[in-house]
Amino acid sequence: MNETRIVTRRIHERPDDSWTIDGALASGAYETWREVLRAGNPDDVQAQVTESGLRGRGGANFATGQKWSFLPKDVFPRYLVVNGDEGEPSTFKDRMLIERDPHQLIEGIAISAYAIQCNQAFVYLRGEFALGYDRLMQALADARAQGMLGANVLGSGFDLDIVVHRGAGAYICGEETALLESLEGERGMPRVKPPFPAIEGLYAKPTVVNNVETLSTVPHIMRMGGAEYAKLGVGRSTGTRIAAISGHVQRPGNYEVEFGCTFRDLIYGLAGGIRDGNRLKFFLPGGASFQWLIDSDEHLDAPYDIDWVQQNLGTTLGSGAIMVFDETTDPLAVAYRLIKFYAHESCGKCTPCREGTGWLAKIVYRMMNGFGRPEDFDLLVSVGSGISPDVDIAPFTQTTLCPLGPSAVSPIASLRKYFRDEVMARLQETA
Amino acid sequence: MTFFTEQNLVRARTIVAQYPVAKSAILPLAHLAQDQHGWLPPEAMAEIAELTGTTPADVLGTCSFYTMFKRRPCGRFVVSVCTNVSCLVLGGPEVLEHLEAKYATDPDVTVEEVECLAACDGAPAMQVNYEFHERVTPELAEDVVEAYKRGALRARTVSGSLPA
Repeated sequence: MNETRIVTRRIHERPDDSWTIDGALASGAYETWREVLRAGNPDDVQAQVTESGLRGRGGANFATGQKWSFLPKDVFPRYLVVNGDEGEPSTFKDRMLIERDPHQLIEGIAISAYAIQCNQAFVYLRGEFALGYDRLMQALADARAQGMLGANVLGSGFDLDIVVHRGAGAYICGEETALLESLEGERGMPRVKPPFPAIEGLYAKPTVVNNVETLSTVPHIMRMGGAEYAKLGVGRSTGTRIAAISGHVQRPGNYEVEFGCTFRDLIYGLAGGIRDGNRLKFFLPGGASFQWLIDSDEHLDAPYDIDWVQQNLGTTLGSGAIMVFDETTDPLAVAYRLIKFYAHESCGKCTPCREGTGWLAKIVYRMMNGFGRPEDFDLLVSVGSGISPDVDIAPFTQTTLCPLGPSAVSPIASLRKYFRDEVMARLQETA
Repeated sequence: MTFFTEQNLVRARTIVAQYPVAKSAILPLAHLAQDQHGWLPPEAMAEIAELTGTTPADVLGTCSFYTMFKRRPCGRFVVSVCTNVSCLVLGGPEVLEHLEAKYATDPDVTVEEVECLAACDGAPAMQVNYEFHERVTPELAEDVVEAYKRGALRARTVSGSLPA
């Protein structure tokens, strides 16, 4: 199978200068923005994005047009906040889009801000993305010099300012309400919802928070037309998605594909299969937060379709990251490292997550190192159910404000589903 | 105002003016302070409080949440080694162990274990002052750090900004 390069087209066509203003202009940057301003119809932009079926590419897959529609009419100022705090383990597509095509992102921000009639956008950029920050700041300066941003853009009467705000090392700030807290100068702790950000977001004003890949897609939807874009993909998973494939594969990387291909196409086709002639053992189909899949035809031939995977396999395509592990991998070691991550990144606001993730990590650690007890498996499920009450469908049930804690239960559910016998045998051995 | 240099004070006021509410500037000003000073001392937090109309306790409360803010002196080079899952299975922990042992008593180098750096296709990955170095081995990683130490590679600040 082949890639369908829409959002990654410029990056591939101009590997040496895709991030510069000259390179970007030479490959059509800001033409759609000019066109949108000339047409002068923000409602049409919203309608096209709704019709395109675009769903958020950050991980929650929420319909973008619908998210925009929640803004109350006639309440100003309102803000567009760009979530560039990519931190989900195994996800590395937004960093590429920021470093290598910042003008596409800026064009997407501009068109989206125009659609929702907002004059001030903030990009919350992960603090560790130093090169991304340099490139984005340069791109913004160049875009302003070209008259694409600022006051009265291209004589349209529309004003737009974009401020880049660097984070400082906190995974939780990728959660949209924690991100807003952080942008307000607070500790990045999720808020109680409702009110949702569309009603009371940044500075308690109506706010839309969209992911980098989502906004980078918007210029293409306007260029192609929403209906045309919706023809790509399958079912309600329209368009393309950047699959970030890593781990034990021959060719790790970002691959932009139409929804509707299979995991086999991605892992064995584009990523070249498993390294060193080894066998696949299991893979994470959508970032670190969701349940794993294994080396079975049922899983490998499953369609890359958000809803199908969620309804039939109890997991989701999440952030688009696929992490692959071969037969040499100890699933307990992967589970431990993931749970340790959530324990470290827990903001501490909700007791089940603050306390529970740490206990899960401790128990899995002793299991992994030969000090486990036969009853530990049930103990993990018991502790896990305090964070995500129905462990089988973790992280989709929660006793917490945000899904971080429940995400630490996903590895437990996965171990129980697919590796119970292997783990129990080890526990009996060491008992 | 005695912490920020005159030039940085101008920059600080420009940053504050970008936001509808001054408190939003705490994170960017803390980065600026680290660019200037190499870590985030109490005097910087006190001055950030003045600039943002908050209290030193507010600034400490916010900054202590974020791992990039160093509230104790650290090395000129902050080496961040990823050991999250893609790096875990491709040698990240071995890189970390080697660098931690090698630089245990070196005041110029602070080695940290960090979470996923969004460079999984280049695993194992590490950063030196937030500049990426990918597909490293323990030996290559040491070579990279040494290259920074002798100036062959130009380092960013400890907050990841380009050097002045």
